Amino acid sequence: MSTLAAPYRFSDQFFAGARACIPVVISVAAYGVVWGVLARGAGLSLIEVVLMSGLVFAGSAQFVALDLWTATPSSLPIGPLILAALIVNLRYLLLTATLRPLFRPDQQWKGALMMGIVSDETWAMTVGEMAKGRGTIGFLLGGGVLAYCCWMATTVIGHTLGSAIDDPSKYGLDFAFTATFLALLLGMWKGKGDLVPWLVAALAAMVSARLIEGSWYILIGGIVGSLAGAVAERLRKNAD
Amino acid sequence: MLTSPEALMAIAGMALVTFMVKAGGLLLANRLPRDGFAAAWLRHIPGAVLASLVAPALVTGSPAEAIAAAVTALVYVITRSLLPAMAAGVLVVYLARLWLVG
Repeated sequence: MSTLAAPYRFSDQFFAGARACIPVVISVAAYGVVWGVLARGAGLSLIEVVLMSGLVFAGSAQFVALDLWTATPSSLPIGPLILAALIVNLRYLLLTATLRPLFRPDQQWKGALMMGIVSDETWAMTVGEMAKGRGTIGFLLGGGVLAYCCWMATTVIGHTLGSAIDDPSKYGLDFAFTATFLALLLGMWKGKGDLVPWLVAALAAMVSARLIEGSWYILIGGIVGSLAGAVAERLRKNAD
Repeated sequence: MLTSPEALMAIAGMALVTFMVKAGGLLLANRLPRDGFAAAWLRHIPGAVLASLVAPALVTGSPAEAIAAAVTALVYVITRSLLPAMAAGVLVVYLARLWLVG
């Protein structure tokens, strides 16, 4: 799979990735503007907005950080801010692990450096491509660079200009993520073997979303569901 | 006010832990065997994560989300294309929320 020389040109793949991510990046943009507006209200300066969007580049962690941020530096809870970012982003352990097939064994460190630009949306688009036997480093980076530039630009716009959008969900834009993830999931269907991991993941996620606050449900559903899939696969193989 | 040492420290720390988990996932996966149980487990993660992202949003929201999800799935199965499925989902959830809230 990954040992074959890719018959794709990097630039073609880069633009294909960027193009494929345009619809979902529109929603990212709406949330970027809103985050910029809220960041101003929470007391972040323009430089701090640029640094946080540019260096942290993780939407959900940045929204959580605004709840903890204080306008006076002496009372800024540095430890809790870092811990919250770690906890909210823990799911990325699972997401980037699945990108292994994109890199040759000798490219792993180069790959690790590229992982900074991965976000939920561009990850999802890329694994959707990979499930169809496509998906390349260029595709991942094309979507990633587009999402990065857009997030940077819109958070700055929100901070400096304010926004006419106060709540993207008023326009159904929050559902753009759910709809995209759902369609990508359906596109990944390969047969009955997917039924067990998907159902177990959905169930585990629904239960943990109800019981535990925060984004733990993604991590819990992802781990429990994928393990169930691997166990079911092993059991089927033993039965044959 | 431009920024403060405290704010810089907080942002640098957040950036560091975020990059560590993002890079860590790929590096840890590279240490796993390329066949057998571990490989099967990795193969099932994308579907399981996507199912986990979608499922709670459908049951904790109003019926609007469930209706919109059904339309999204239907449009995707018919067109096999992401954009119309997403657009239909957003449009239907917008209309359904207007209609349900009144």
